[in-house]
Amino acid sequence: MAVEVRVPTILRTYTGGEKAVSGQGATLSEVIDDLESNHPGIKERLVEAKDGHSDLRRFVNVYVNDEDVRFTGGLGTSVSDGDQVVVLPAVAGG
Amino acid sequence: MLRIDLATYQAIVAHAKRDHPDEACGVVAGPDGSDRPQRWVPMVNAARSPTFYEFDTSDLLQLYKDMDANDEEPVVVYHSHTATEAYPSRTDIGLASEPNAHYVLVSTREHGNSEGPVEFRSYRIIDSEVTEEEVAVDDELRRA
Repeated sequence: MAVEVRVPTILRTYTGGEKAVSGQGATLSEVIDDLESNHPGIKERLVEAKDGHSDLRRFVNVYVNDEDVRFTGGLGTSVSDGDQVVVLPAVAGG
Repeated sequence: MLRIDLATYQAIVAHAKRDHPDEACGVVAGPDGSDRPQRWVPMVNAARSPTFYEFDTSDLLQLYKDMDANDEEPVVVYHSHTATEAYPSRTDIGLASEPNAHYVLVSTREHGNSEGPVEFRSYRIIDSEVTEEEVAVDDELRRA
């Protein structure tokens, strides 16, 4: 299943400057693995190991069709053909 | 150098004073590539904290959708420090993710919610490297 992934400025070094790229997968996790195969290095910026399994990084927000995936199953969130995935780094600090 | 108009400068300072002792935060959007901060967008500090700020995640998405629709980018990203100087903290540096933005820090430590001057300083933060820059406040009324 093909989805559009919107890439934030800070990660466009991995996509050759592209603002949006396409990804394949039935879950967010699969889409990220697919992104990694076309844009090596990008996964590391999105995902980290937490307590033995992988999870989204604390300060990376991902939305599937405008829903923050933290409320829809995280990396397991299912995606369908034509969905839009948006990646936005948190704007945060101390 | 950051060039900012007086009304926007004053709006940021007023926002920081109003939210003191919690940190205030927001952006000033401007046309893509223009380096001109034009549209002030105060944001809610979802952390409601005197030592941390974070844009609410749904507000963040809306902000970026609006900027996208307007061909804008975040020219200024600002927040306040309420007990320390107007210099990026280690956390600020670690989380800075807009290499094209001017990171503005306002400190309300001197006068809190009251009248009185604040520190207003601007930085570039690229690959964890902080470079302070000059701030030029444009007073259009004075020039006219």
